[in-house]
Amino acid sequence: MIRVVDVWKSYNGKSVLQDIAFEVKPGEFFGIIGPNGSGKSTLLKLLSAVEAADRGQIWLRGKQAEAHQRKDLAAWLAVLQQEPLPSIGFSVREVVEMGRFPYQSWLGTERGDSAPLIDGILQTLGLTELQHRTLEKLSGGEKQRVGLAKVMAQEPELLLLDEPTTFLDIGYQIQLMDTVHRWQRAEQATVVAVLHDLNLASLYCDRILLLDKGRQIGVGKPGELLREDLIYEVYGIRPIILDHPFHHLPQMLLRSAKDS
Amino acid sequence: MKARFLLFGGAGVLLLFLSVGMSLSLGSAELPLTQVWGILLHKLPGIGTLITVQWPESAEQIVMKVRFPRVLLAVLVGACLSLAGAGFQGILRNPLADPYTLGVASGSAIGAATLILFGWQFSLLGQWSVPLAAFTTGLISLWLVIRLAHSQGKIHIETLILSGVVAQAFLGSIVSFLVSLSDQVVNEIVFWLMGSLAFRGWSFSVVLLPCLLLGLIILMGYGRTLNLFALGERQAAHLGVQVDRTKLVVLTVSTLLTAVAVSVSGIIGFVGLVVPHLVRLMAGPDYRLLLPMSALYGGIYVLWADTLARTLLSPTEIPLGVVTAFLGTPFFAYLLRKKQRAGKEGEA
Repeated sequence: MIRVVDVWKSYNGKSVLQDIAFEVKPGEFFGIIGPNGSGKSTLLKLLSAVEAADRGQIWLRGKQAEAHQRKDLAAWLAVLQQEPLPSIGFSVREVVEMGRFPYQSWLGTERGDSAPLIDGILQTLGLTELQHRTLEKLSGGEKQRVGLAKVMAQEPELLLLDEPTTFLDIGYQIQLMDTVHRWQRAEQATVVAVLHDLNLASLYCDRILLLDKGRQIGVGKPGELLREDLIYEVYGIRPIILDHPFHHLPQMLLRSAKDS
Repeated sequence: MKARFLLFGGAGVLLLFLSVGMSLSLGSAELPLTQVWGILLHKLPGIGTLITVQWPESAEQIVMKVRFPRVLLAVLVGACLSLAGAGFQGILRNPLADPYTLGVASGSAIGAATLILFGWQFSLLGQWSVPLAAFTTGLISLWLVIRLAHSQGKIHIETLILSGVVAQAFLGSIVSFLVSLSDQVVNEIVFWLMGSLAFRGWSFSVVLLPCLLLGLIILMGYGRTLNLFALGERQAAHLGVQVDRTKLVVLTVSTLLTAVAVSVSGIIGFVGLVVPHLVRLMAGPDYRLLLPMSALYGGIYVLWADTLARTLLSPTEIPLGVVTAFLGTPFFAYLLRKKQRAGKEGEA
């Protein structure tokens, strides 16, 4: 699915990623975590082929990232960005239909009829009632759902998520992650998600890549990476790590200095 | 989308025909509308013979030799400028972008003014010489303005407009300098620079029309792509848009449209700002609709502006650029306020 081979990247002489190498297998839910400035978002830009690595290679679907045609790539790989969609006067349905762009000829026609697909996606995400409203009239959480509906309309095999929960409250965060997870299972798709919240990453990811200052600290199952020593090395805090009583996955509790 | 296209397209075409008729009848010699239509229909092959001539020869002279070429030119110039404005706004995602505010019009004027001043209007490429020179300098100034406004991969709305002002002031000084070099053609140049469609004849339409059609076809081919652009450049790239190629093509075509308009009419400001915005208010944000409707309604807008310019203080002509600026600047101010308020809400 994805193979990253010894990738280096720097901006204006400042190194952002050093010697990154990992693989993502088909059907995996793969997480990328690390503190601010660790290079997570840059790595995602390289994976989505909007920027090129300085050194090393990124293989997508058996071809190097740069060798893909933008439009062919978009029918295979979709990206849900962190920023909510801008309000530009289009209706919810019109924005979701934009996800069909990679499948349309230059006249804007598609081989099949995409209306049932769009209807289904709107239904799944609870947007049917809102479909004729413009984005201006939606809340942040609703907008994020429209963004998700748009990438689903792309019918990708690989979905990249760039800190998708940043602007959402805790209820919407779980809702969004659950929806993505269900969709992934149903479509047998692969997901690579940059996540801020380590507990969320532990709950949803099959494997995790931990980055620090552009270096790769490790790749592995949540239990192998969410360890007190590694968290201290990277984040500089010593959390309490417990086993989730229900999911049996590591969850962190933060410790404050106020009562010590 | 199709229904809206037919609705606004049909209304626009109807309005255009009515406006052309009215504009032809207005002027120092008022001609009745029936006469105007009679003369026009008479000129059409096929139906011409069915119409009996019931007008004085002088009326036909006025309509066909004086007013009609000018009316046609006004429509074409307006269509070019509005279409260019819609193109610039689509790529820069900025409702304040327009051939004038971006400094592209002033840039194009340098090339055109240089040729006119040195009397090289028809050297090299005949009547294509001035538009081509205008296109070249227009492209250079657009490149400079965008370079100036660019910081850390982003173009901010305020810096873009400021860069446009800087470019305009600088390019304007060059034009003024060029004008001061020659004392013979000063009047002609000054009047042309302020924007005018007087005494142009048919030949300019021959240059404008193919450019407009070419621009319209190419830009409409990018209609859906510009819709995706409205979501942001990265979003568009993720959806399969070749961002750099789109930018290059649309900006170049918009500059070409600006350049041909400027080389005919001089600098007519704010048309590309006012018209696409009004169309957006009526017909929505879809560029597949916005682009052709901007061209259509832009033609009508400039036709009326020019009709005002030549009739309001007749026999004195008001420069067309003065009329469009008078109508356009309050609009510009309004959009600026609205944008500021939206920006503040966005931060909160």
